[in-house]
Amino acid sequence: MTTTLKDLTLKIWRQKGPNDAGRFETYDIPEISDEASFLEMLDILNERLIESGLEAIVFDHDCREGICGTCSLMIDGHAHGPQRGTATCQLHMRQFTSGDTIVIEPFRATSFPIIKDLMVDRAAFDRIVEVGGFISAATGGAPDGNLIPVPKPVADASMDAAACIGCGACVAACPNGAASLFTGAKLAHLNLLPQGQAERFKRAEAMVDTMDEYFGSCTNHGECEAACPKSISIDVIALMNADYRKAKFKNRKALSRT
Amino acid sequence: MSITLDAKIPEGPLADKWDNYKENERLVNPANKRKFKIIVVGTGLAGASACATLAELGYQVEAFTFHDSPRRAHSIAAQGGINAAKNYRGDGDSIHRLFYDTIKGGDFRSREGNVHRLAQVSVDIIDQMVAQGVPFAREYGGMLDNRSFGGAQVSRTFYARGQTGQQLLLGAYQQMARQVGLGNVKLWNRMELVDVVVIDGRCAGIVTRDLMTGEVSSHSAHAVVLATGGYGNAFFLSTNAMTCNVTAAWRAHRKGALFANPCYTQIHPTCIPQADDFQSKLTLMSESLRNDGRVWVPANLDETRPPDQIPEDERDYYLERLYPSFGNLAPRDISSRAAKRAVDSGRGVGPLKNGVYLDFSEAIGRLGADVVKERYGNLFEMYERITGEDPYTVPMRIYPASHYTMGGIWVDYELMTTIPGLYAAGEANFSDHGANRLGASALMQGLADGYFVLPYTVSNYLAPFLNKPIPDTSHEAFKLAEREAADRFSRYLSIGGTRSPDYFHRELGKIIWDYCGMERNQQGLEKALSEIPALYDEFQKDLNVTGDGESTNQTLEKAGRVEDFFELGMLMCHDALDREESCGGHFRSEHQTEEGEALRDDDNFAHVSAWEWTGDPTSPNLHREDLAYEEVKLQTRSYK
Amino acid sequence: MAQTLSRGSVSGTAVKPGGGKRKPFLVDLYSTAVGKKYVMAITGLLLMGFVVAHMVGNLKLFQGETDGVYALDVYAVWLKELLYPAAPKSAVLWVMRSGLIVAVLLHIHAAYGLTVINRKARSVKYQSARDYDVANFASRTMRWTGVIVLLFILWHLADFTFGWVNPDFVYGEVHRSVVASFDRVPVAIFYIVANIALGIHLFHGLWSMFQSMGWNNPRFNSWRRPLATAIATVVVVGNVSFPIAVLAGIVTHPAV
Repeated sequence: MTTTLKDLTLKIWRQKGPNDAGRFETYDIPEISDEASFLEMLDILNERLIESGLEAIVFDHDCREGICGTCSLMIDGHAHGPQRGTATCQLHMRQFTSGDTIVIEPFRATSFPIIKDLMVDRAAFDRIVEVGGFISAATGGAPDGNLIPVPKPVADASMDAAACIGCGACVAACPNGAASLFTGAKLAHLNLLPQGQAERFKRAEAMVDTMDEYFGSCTNHGECEAACPKSISIDVIALMNADYRKAKFKNRKALSRT
Repeated sequence: MSITLDAKIPEGPLADKWDNYKENERLVNPANKRKFKIIVVGTGLAGASACATLAELGYQVEAFTFHDSPRRAHSIAAQGGINAAKNYRGDGDSIHRLFYDTIKGGDFRSREGNVHRLAQVSVDIIDQMVAQGVPFAREYGGMLDNRSFGGAQVSRTFYARGQTGQQLLLGAYQQMARQVGLGNVKLWNRMELVDVVVIDGRCAGIVTRDLMTGEVSSHSAHAVVLATGGYGNAFFLSTNAMTCNVTAAWRAHRKGALFANPCYTQIHPTCIPQADDFQSKLTLMSESLRNDGRVWVPANLDETRPPDQIPEDERDYYLERLYPSFGNLAPRDISSRAAKRAVDSGRGVGPLKNGVYLDFSEAIGRLGADVVKERYGNLFEMYERITGEDPYTVPMRIYPASHYTMGGIWVDYELMTTIPGLYAAGEANFSDHGANRLGASALMQGLADGYFVLPYTVSNYLAPFLNKPIPDTSHEAFKLAEREAADRFSRYLSIGGTRSPDYFHRELGKIIWDYCGMERNQQGLEKALSEIPALYDEFQKDLNVTGDGESTNQTLEKAGRVEDFFELGMLMCHDALDREESCGGHFRSEHQTEEGEALRDDDNFAHVSAWEWTGDPTSPNLHREDLAYEEVKLQTRSYK
Repeated sequence: MAQTLSRGSVSGTAVKPGGGKRKPFLVDLYSTAVGKKYVMAITGLLLMGFVVAHMVGNLKLFQGETDGVYALDVYAVWLKELLYPAAPKSAVLWVMRSGLIVAVLLHIHAAYGLTVINRKARSVKYQSARDYDVANFASRTMRWTGVIVLLFILWHLADFTFGWVNPDFVYGEVHRSVVASFDRVPVAIFYIVANIALGIHLFHGLWSMFQSMGWNNPRFNSWRRPLATAIATVVVVGNVSFPIAVLAGIVTHPAV
């Protein structure tokens, strides 16, 4: 049943803009129901700030169902907070106890520049998808959906990877600021399906090379998997590494034929 | 303004209309397509798929999203599935049956021509999405799997776990991203539409506000597509994402686009009940849960026992009792009202007595927990995260919540609004669902509009404008719109009152939910129509927006959206008041059968109500488009 | 990796400025982060093979002497005469040594390159404390354990190959050198510490290698961690047993 948490202290990163230095500011939450979600707590705080004439804390959020991937936040040193397999918007206050001090910081990576306060720009992910995270299939000419059977285990494995919501927690949690889990998940989604085979190696090379332009390298800590709100397995990173290796050889062969 | 509402339905028998249209429409030569610029606002299913297809065809496309990435659009949250008349089950499905189910589901308030086209292209959507790599659920033989959904007696719903919307949106987003990568689509992110510009009676472009810098700028084009979603957030509490809003549609409405059937809102029966006053949104639990879950409330008014201690004969499985042939799969509007009545009768469950049980114990007994987990695992987890209760052992608690809006910008068969050159697609238009939408049909409509309808109809409009110049953004109409928008946002900043935009949104939502929600009546609607303007007045005097207009300011963004919800809220009530009948999602308590079912008035209300902006939100101007049924015989909708 | 906020529309991001000569294949591959990881994995595998073989060979220390001839010394001669007379004496040994030197250099160079990339990827660090979920001590200290192992290798060469820091170095008398060196307690402790660092390095490195090379298969995935633990343990136990045996007086040499 509902209980009330008392005397929470929030230390929240405030930063006026991309070039501002930024600092932590402290806010008190005297009371909050444990039924509240973490972001609802911030909503309440924001409303209080606005009504006392102060500027609200900027943070990205949208669907609040854990699927759009807009929310972010490092909460007490964890991307999306301490609860595993949960996006910040699905984190509820029952995960905390009265008297807690909660530290909230934006996701940090060079390619996730801070826009304001807790909001960061994750457009680099779109750039990775734009170079190859698709199957080229122009509208109109598709064959019947059942023409190519997809074995259930293959469809399931592809779906496991496709569950990625593109929130950037993997990058935020990675000690190296690597985006291997994001890129690996997109590659696994498309490279496992029969429909994705024609572009498989072109895709692998293009996406990994673009990933390299923005992000760090994977040293297999596994923090990304732990932070991922969809618990995507780092097996997808192994798949990415294998496909990139094969791609380098196959694409070279393909190039020499043209 | 004299307006004739011509739906431009093509000639010929229903099944041939779309083919006839395609045969007779004007085309643009492939080499000439690049001379046309098309703006697409919104990048959900309809917007992203339109961007991708129009760009593939060769048009210059400019896409605008107020999100950081097109992939965030709220289409992503659709859980259950997408309908298509594939008849892979061999269970009697056909294009005609999907057409008929949709018309009947919409309570005979939608256009035959549009709906039949939707059913026709539904088949192509599945093929297209499979080719793009959407990992639909498969059977062991590798063939596509189907599930059944409310309002249909065939299994025609394709799904990808409980994340079908996500997978379809990612499919469309990826196609769009490909075109961005190739240079065929220009993508503007974190840009919100703040006005639509009409020059010489045609849509000439849009005015946007950069959400990062506050800069207001203009963008001209030969045609503009609004794919900006629905207005369910008018209720404040809804299953829509926090930033879903009516602004784009409303700005178009203020510039002359008629707004159709605003009172047709869908209240989804299976959402998690509100737990607290400060709750920011409600969470949907996919309707697919009703395939295996049984809905019930205690038979006794003062029940205090936990659910597992209430014996079978003291439970009221009211959907199975009232609608034996559809049972727990009765359509959304019917299930929602039944839940409301159960709760209103005092038999609600949960700490606030504001829900009904959705019980899986029978399904777990019949199928085993593993199968149930396979089917609904992620939904169960989500439920547990939010409520702290384990649905494998304790029945879920659910209650209806605002979810989808069938009403929207009026469009003709070509999806063009009453402003030439301005199109509306997906949930933003009113076209296909009548007074109630069937489950798994929203994804179908969004993709149909974007992939298979707009690419044809846009060329029909553009062809005559080949090599004719379009107004430049330096045109005074653009400059005027820019000034007005800039003034509007500085006005919000300068009011200096005491209340946040969220406060007004919450209060407004309460009024609309109470009087224009699941059940409406004249008295309540009139009350709402006196309360909303008063609150609107207070909004204009007592709003407080802190921060500045030159950097990201979510409070300021919200203020603009709430203002548009005020004006829309009034229109919703006007429409609901005018429609003296009950149909689908619009239930007027004065108009019901003895058994409490919706009582339609086909003689007087078999029409689309399309409202014109008069400059005064309290007195909109009504236009009617009569619905002519050639194929379907109007009958009372029965799911008994 | 400099990424600054920019406004305006985005388009044509996949259209790479054409032309330009492609770098030679291996150089091109090595210039990527994933390529560097392949190099880390392959050279790591090679070095690990050496470490295991080296440990196993050195177990001959425990065989002691037969008729005044120490087994370890015989083993050293055998190494020099590998494939003799098909190949000149010491030739095979030098081929192997060259391979190892190249592997060590590449391993270090790639590690340095990756470190630079990773530093750049987060130019502003988190301002609050991180609370790692699964990144373990081994994975987070790879750079430190790597440096310790490198310093140890240099000492090791100076001690037993060149004899610069060995109190009683006699060329060819390996057994004697070993006992002489480990008889010094601080050296024995350094040796033990360095080998524990090596074990930690191997524990993460071996598991990591499977991921980096993309050797991932549901059939053997569950074996990767135990395998890494087993090999790291065997190497550490084997290597650490030498100084302990000397200090404990189990292994001796009359001249020391």
